[in-house]
Amino acid sequence: MKGENMIKSIVMADTPVNRSAKSLLQEETGKGILEVEDLSAWYSDFLCIRDINISIPARAITAVIGPSGCGKSTFIRCLNRLHEVSHGGRVTGRVLLDGKDIYASDVDPVVIRRRIGMVFQKPSPFPTMSIFDNVAAGLRLTRLWSRRRELEEVVEKSLRQAALWEEVKDKLDRSGASLSGGQQQRLCIARALAVQPEIVLMDEPCSALDPLATLKIEDLMRNLTEEYTIIIVTHNMQQAARVSDNTAFITIDDQGAGVLVEYGPTSQIFANPKDKRTEDYITGRFG
Amino acid sequence: MTTERLYLRRKWINRLTLGLSSIAAGVAIILLGLILGYTLVNGISYLNLGLLTNVAKPAGELGGGIRNEIIGTLILVGLASLLALPVGLMAGMFLSDFAKPRVAAAVRFAADVLAGVPSIVVGVFAYAIMVRPMHSYSALSAGVALAIIMIPIVARTTEESLRLVPNSMREAALALGITRWRAMLGVVVPGALTGIATGIMLAVARIAGETAPLIFTALGNNFGFQSLLKPIGALPLLIYTHALSPYQDQHQQAWAAAFLLVILVLGISLLVRWISRQRKTQ
Repeated sequence: MKGENMIKSIVMADTPVNRSAKSLLQEETGKGILEVEDLSAWYSDFLCIRDINISIPARAITAVIGPSGCGKSTFIRCLNRLHEVSHGGRVTGRVLLDGKDIYASDVDPVVIRRRIGMVFQKPSPFPTMSIFDNVAAGLRLTRLWSRRRELEEVVEKSLRQAALWEEVKDKLDRSGASLSGGQQQRLCIARALAVQPEIVLMDEPCSALDPLATLKIEDLMRNLTEEYTIIIVTHNMQQAARVSDNTAFITIDDQGAGVLVEYGPTSQIFANPKDKRTEDYITGRFG
Repeated sequence: MTTERLYLRRKWINRLTLGLSSIAAGVAIILLGLILGYTLVNGISYLNLGLLTNVAKPAGELGGGIRNEIIGTLILVGLASLLALPVGLMAGMFLSDFAKPRVAAAVRFAADVLAGVPSIVVGVFAYAIMVRPMHSYSALSAGVALAIIMIPIVARTTEESLRLVPNSMREAALALGITRWRAMLGVVVPGALTGIATGIMLAVARIAGETAPLIFTALGNNFGFQSLLKPIGALPLLIYTHALSPYQDQHQQAWAAAFLLVILVLGISLLVRWISRQRKTQ
């Protein structure tokens, strides 16, 4: 499966359609859609991740792997400014989205979160809302008023993108909580896509799901890379190998903070890792 | 063996404490049963349609009803809710989601102290800030006094209900680029609605039976509702004045009014239980 993906991405990289779709900035400078520079994050006084530098390419899947508690989740929560919502959450360093620092003082985190969506580990549909309302929530609650027709279009499009439309099209008024775990997670993906973000962060989106539901979501992710940039945190290394283009390995240093050890094309990280720690982790000798 | 003796000792201590707490629970239930039974027996025989629909007659004259006082209680409860709900609900949201931990602790403490202030003190306070300057007892001042009692109850129950909504819901909403206030009103409050409704009902049940603050503010009025700035009658006040009157007929009306009030509060409590059961089965 990985081989197929590799071929697909190589072939697609050379087609003119895909090239024009990529961001201009990226073409010109060779930089990623997200450039993380010296990012450190704290919970009160505890340094959780230290000096992470990474460049995330557009319209690709970047996997973040590492042992439990190494700060993978904290890292991606820094990318949509959700870390600072947690009690005592604090961040230093820069995160450039299309060249502009999302932590600059004149940037509203709410605007950043509309451009960088997120799917959480535990499926979290809003329990008081129907399936339709769940998907429409992002639009409804960021505006004063929306036209019903427009909402209907967006909801259908998002549910189709999340490969859930066929299963729920006849019961859009049912509660989102009535769906199965895998369906709920796809509902959350549809909800994130409905506000048309550029980047979707996924925090272990499959860890609460069975293998079949996991497979569905992985297929879905591959399809989404035509339009979206995806960053996925996973502690499942097979998943990272199956689905991602690039992989970042984070581990804990001797002071308990998460550091980026190695980052590169997934095939290279898994086939011949440069760092001993990466090799130990991937071969299962650690973590 | 010593372990055997220790075991026996533990067993007897266990039985003793279990027995004592059963007796305590029994006393509480018996008292409640006595109060309910006594008002029921004494009140229900005087309760009739005429009593509910007629207005009061001069003391000493037979007949007459408590319609004005029923309406008065409804007006006072409505007025107090109108004043207290916006403040109480907003304070609850502030406490659960927006206040810094230190500020929240201070506000929470203040609310708890306010909830513990004897209601007669609240009545005197309303008398001092409203009745004295305005030179008149009034429905409005009574509404303010009852609202002061209501606010901390509503604020604290709202806070507790909002805290029960999982943090993941807030984060999911924020991650969609929704502002904190919209997330609060659109996602968190709907998730806590049954709990908030329960708190409001409990607060209403509490103030519906308050008497002491009304003595200093509403005063009572034999002529029914005239204006928010005029004195107004209410069920608890009627019970208080009629029970002390020398006329047998008024004693009977007081019993009937007491029965009505108990039924009202009991009804609200049952409604609350029903609502919270709905939430659990949801």
